[in-house]
Amino acid sequence: MRPSFEPRKSRAGLGLLLLACVTIITLDARHGEQSSPVDPLRTAVGTVLGPTERAATSLLRPVTSIPEYFGHVDELRDANRELAADNAALVSQLRAADANAIRDDAVAGIARLADTSGYDVVGAQVIGTGPAQSFSRAVTIDAGSHDGVMPDLTVVNADGLVGRVVSVTTQTATVLLIIDNDSTIGGRLGDSTELGFLAGDGSLDGDGTLELSLVDHTESPVEGDDVLSWGSRGGAPYIAGVPIGEVVDVRSSPAELTETAAVDPFVDFSSLDVVGVVTAVDGRPPADQAVGR
Amino acid sequence: MTTYVRGAIIAVLIVATVTLQVSVFSHFSINGVVPDLALLVVIAAALVRGPNYAALVGFAAGLVLDLAPPADHTAGRWALSFVLVGYLTGLAKADSDTTVPGTLLMVAAGAFIGTSVFALTGLVLREPGVDVASALEVLPVAVGYDVLLTPLVIPLVLLLFRRLEPAERW
Repeated sequence: MRPSFEPRKSRAGLGLLLLACVTIITLDARHGEQSSPVDPLRTAVGTVLGPTERAATSLLRPVTSIPEYFGHVDELRDANRELAADNAALVSQLRAADANAIRDDAVAGIARLADTSGYDVVGAQVIGTGPAQSFSRAVTIDAGSHDGVMPDLTVVNADGLVGRVVSVTTQTATVLLIIDNDSTIGGRLGDSTELGFLAGDGSLDGDGTLELSLVDHTESPVEGDDVLSWGSRGGAPYIAGVPIGEVVDVRSSPAELTETAAVDPFVDFSSLDVVGVVTAVDGRPPADQAVGR
Repeated sequence: MTTYVRGAIIAVLIVATVTLQVSVFSHFSINGVVPDLALLVVIAAALVRGPNYAALVGFAAGLVLDLAPPADHTAGRWALSFVLVGYLTGLAKADSDTTVPGTLLMVAAGAFIGTSVFALTGLVLREPGVDVASALEVLPVAVGYDVLLTPLVIPLVLLLFRRLEPAERW
């Protein structure tokens, strides 16, 4: 590297540290989906940092709401509010007007969710967000194994499906958002009950979309269709009937037989705050339901 | 001040930095990119105490960033990036006196190296979500944001490091 005015021990130290890094990476990477030897360390750090993150979030709420404030100061504020209200009204009108028997089912599902009679929901707050530099769309919530949260549970908020729990500590849990590149969800078109798969595009800002590809090649999605979760098999992470988003753009390529559609998620991932973790459906853990026990 | 007390203070500094980065600055993100405060701490360590020490601080800070929720990438990737950043900026510092433009340049270079090495290890390990396009998208924003925060963060951390131990050896 550079002329040797640096003491020799400095380079030995560097070598040692690099070796340590590579060792940790190797240990953690080799184990893939199974539990890795680094996990206890991860849990330990989470146990320390969970409460710190929670405290920082609540202490600095007045400061962190500043960007919102600036976005709202001028006349834009009023116009924005009006448009948002109009939009919300129109969207709910649209969804209500379209309702058919199948959708009624779905709506009943959401209603169950809302009054928590069917779903047991643990409320939680988002206390940390992964940076884009890490290329992963995950957040920390302030509910953990202590509150009955386990990996592979569904996370929702008032608007729809948020993601699934991937790991927990006693006080916190990490939620992989459905817009993560690594996330695939089974979805069902609200109007035709067609099944499909939704993949995230990893973008966190407002215009992030999910990509929907239908299982049945002869069917094509229609703009404005709502997409609900289909529920996963074998105890896998998603419960059925949670609204995911709305089809905004249908693309067909002559090269491929399938048509894909862009789905705009109902949940605004750039301002996630209060979410719910579904710990039980009709009094039973979701995993039991999925395997039909 | 004993070595233990100094170590404890730096540990607290690192935990506080990572907390701020994850829980507070995430609200001020640009396209999801958050300023890398931990990286600024490592560079401040390099400015005051040289490559050896900065590499050690980089290892510790990187490891906490790797393990702190909601991180779910392979552990050790940020640690590797920060060890390299700490060591290289420490070497660069040994060549010149600390000036304002010099520091800004060092932060820009450090942010570039840190983010690139992290992305590269992701590519090598085939981590989900990492590809060259998104890395190129994130890089300039990350570098710019870190440079933007340099005047606010670096002087404070420099002051702390100088208080901890007067820079007699470096």
